[in-house]
Amino acid sequence: MAETAEIFIDGQRVAFQAEQTIMMAAHAAGIYIPHLCHHPELKPHGSCRLCVVEVNGRKLSACTTLAQQGQIIHNQRADLIASRRCVLQLLFVEGNHVCPACEKSGDCQLQALAYAVEMISPRFAHFYPQRTVDASHPDILLDYNRCILCELCLRASRDVDHKNVFSLQQRGDKTHLSVNSASGQLADSTLALGDKAMQVCPVGALLSKQTAYQTPIGARLYDQKPIAQGEAHDG
Amino acid sequence: MMAKLRIATASLAGCFGCHMALLDMDERLLDLLELVEFDRTPLTDQKELQPCDIGLLEGGVANEDNLATLKLFRQQCKILIAIGACALNGGIPAMRNSFDLKDILAESYLNGMGLANSQIPQDAEIPALLNHVQPLHEIVKIDYFLPGCPPSGETIWLFLQQLLTGQPLHLPYHCLHYD
Ligand code: SF4
Ligand code: SF4
Repeated sequence: MAETAEIFIDGQRVAFQAEQTIMMAAHAAGIYIPHLCHHPELKPHGSCRLCVVEVNGRKLSACTTLAQQGQIIHNQRADLIASRRCVLQLLFVEGNHVCPACEKSGDCQLQALAYAVEMISPRFAHFYPQRTVDASHPDILLDYNRCILCELCLRASRDVDHKNVFSLQQRGDKTHLSVNSASGQLADSTLALGDKAMQVCPVGALLSKQTAYQTPIGARLYDQKPIAQGEAHDG
Repeated sequence: MMAKLRIATASLAGCFGCHMALLDMDERLLDLLELVEFDRTPLTDQKELQPCDIGLLEGGVANEDNLATLKLFRQQCKILIAIGACALNGGIPAMRNSFDLKDILAESYLNGMGLANSQIPQDAEIPALLNHVQPLHEIVKIDYFLPGCPPSGETIWLFLQQLLTGQPLHLPYHCLHYD
């Protein structure tokens, strides 16, 4: 009987429907499970590891695990928060994240999640990878320094916009986003401002050139309230 | 009454913004002076560093002088604190890490626009640049970190107050930011 189907997240009873993931059921009930590579309108990916929760004693990503009757789920337990902090520290040192010089600062989910788990120190040594900026497109800026390889733009462009503008290339620490155009430049791709792909980047990698600094630093979304208290820019 | 703790501060490859924020504590500086006395710091212009309880460093390490100062502070201070974005992750100065130092110097001093008699400055008074800018924890052990660009006067005061009075460190949401 569908109406009795329920799971328990941090002790709270949450109803779910068949085929819903834990992430979807939590979202519908207004419970925030941290995530970076998840978007409710796109196919789950399970790669960022921010949404790892404990389900009946096992650590699983909430965005790829189906809700099943009676699951006992921990989301906000101290050890889970500590491993999220560690994942975030790794993401920060892998890229070049200079928040004071980033126009996404205050609206960025990576930064907001780091605030939410009180990430105070960098902990690891910085990679300072050599990356480029693609400013070739008249309306769009792609700063590879800040890309966290979440593939949200890739999935949105492929599955919603049906343009397939992006792909990931190479493996391991050489993995990088690339643009599917003859020159590899955004200007030669079919990406347009109105695309779904332009609405999903959780960080300051894929940006509209028209709207930078319209809202001053200090007055932005996560300057006002923690990410857990307001759903992220999820479309 | 307990003896006052000795505290020293310095700005390495930073913009002095964190020191300005320290002064931004306004009248709370008087409360701070009840708890500490300053040793070497740009605020007193004292140049010698005595053994201290606390060292507070702004800025990352970009040149030989920064490196020597960092090592000296680690030697002389029981507790070493990295304050601000540059000390924690290199900050704006570390954006030069994407380029070769040779190219940077050439662009600034040899090939830049409007230069006459262009030459790369070389003088014993000018500390040599290191190939890369590095944050402090990659070179010496750092005991505490305080992010922000800069952290506000309120944040610095709260942090020091908690540290100096032995309370657990905790920053409220509006005090924790990276920009
Ligand atoms: S993308 Fe986010 S975390 Fe990275 S520099 Fe910009 S604001 Fe900071
Ligand atoms: S550009 Fe943004 S959306 Fe695309 S993979 Fe990088 S971080 Fe994700």
